[in-house]
Amino acid sequence: MRDIPAERITDAVARLCVEANTNAGGDVVAAMRRALAGETDEIPRRVLNALLQNADIAREDKTPICQDTGMAVVFAEIGQEVHISGNLGEAVNEGVRRGYRAGYLRNSVVRDPVRRDNTGDNTPAVIHYTVVPGESLKLTVAPKGFGSENMSAVKMLKPADGLPGLERFVIETVGNAGGNPCPPVIVGVGAGGTFELAALLAKRALLRDAGTDNPDPFWDAAEKRLLAAVNELGIGPGGFGGRTTALAVHIIPYATHIAGLPVAVNIGCHVTRHKEVTL
Amino acid sequence: MTALRVPLTRAGIQALRAGEQVLLSGVVYTARDAAHKRLVELLDAGKPLPFPLEGGAIFYAGPCPAPPGRVIGSVGPTTSGRMDAYSPRLMREGFHIMIGKGPRSDAVREAIRQSGCAYLSAIGGAAALTARCVVKNELIAFGDLGTEAVYALTVKGLPLIVTDV
Repeated sequence: MRDIPAERITDAVARLCVEANTNAGGDVVAAMRRALAGETDEIPRRVLNALLQNADIAREDKTPICQDTGMAVVFAEIGQEVHISGNLGEAVNEGVRRGYRAGYLRNSVVRDPVRRDNTGDNTPAVIHYTVVPGESLKLTVAPKGFGSENMSAVKMLKPADGLPGLERFVIETVGNAGGNPCPPVIVGVGAGGTFELAALLAKRALLRDAGTDNPDPFWDAAEKRLLAAVNELGIGPGGFGGRTTALAVHIIPYATHIAGLPVAVNIGCHVTRHKEVTL
Repeated sequence: MTALRVPLTRAGIQALRAGEQVLLSGVVYTARDAAHKRLVELLDAGKPLPFPLEGGAIFYAGPCPAPPGRVIGSVGPTTSGRMDAYSPRLMREGFHIMIGKGPRSDAVREAIRQSGCAYLSAIGGAAALTARCVVKNELIAFGDLGTEAVYALTVKGLPLIVTDV
């Protein structure tokens, strides 16, 4: 049994909140550079250049890449040999509170979905816990902006809809999103499981580095076909038209019921953020 | 790129063409979801708006807090479609331009044509870059709303694309 004090968790979360919001992922930046090489028209090139310059400024000035510094989504993978002294949930929220204050990040969370008073410190975080073998604790902080979150969708397809139905739903969702989610986007797809698991898998799919292959050749081919198809939509960088609507499509499949084919599509913007640490 | 200065005249707005790239200078007023709700409540109660609408600019934005020594934190457009429920009421009150990202509803586009307003798009998510266009930042109204309050931002050369006129 290994002991991890809650204070270490708070420190790590605070640091990751600032890091994720100010230091654009190398995967996304590299994907935007590749996209720029593929654009010939003036406006999409201008927008991609602005986004790349923006990422540079944010990194140099330690200032947020986007003003929507998101709701803090935190994945905690807890080794079953780990003991945490203190309250894990409170430690994570205290980290969010400190990180958002120290980094001059925006407080974008309201206490109640209908009564809507701002909590003033960007808490609570959305925390997903999993218990895994081992004696370490892995924390991933993925601040999620709502321009893109609002364009996400879940649908309970029929088994007969198959892969063509899944692909139609993904293309339709990206098409409906248009310029709202700050394209070029990362498309996270959860396929299978149950209603709620599909949505969580779609969120997890956004954590994979853009431009990496899916380990399953069947789904890797589907991802590449879907990426080409959504880029045919012509929404383009910033929604002003162009060849690059998405930088990547990531699919996570899971076993499901004989009667169902749940599919969730979580849209991530061009700053799709995630930073992790293993304690 | 056309240089544009707010406040604009009615003829100045009508001279804009969809697809045109402009660099905007002057004062823009931030207002997003919560501020729009309050602005419309003020109008419904027969009270004046906290800023001059005629010829002016509403920027759908909620900035990050300003670090010490800076005018403003990162700032950029939010999704305009969420303001569609309120915009026609504001457009009836006076002609102005709106700045945001993403498409507007058919009803809003029709109201834009009838009222002599215009909708311009900024680049979503280029917020560190956009902050460099802001030279002055002043709280005008609804301070209790935090980032959703109305701020008067003096901007210099804010790059926009005319979307609906």
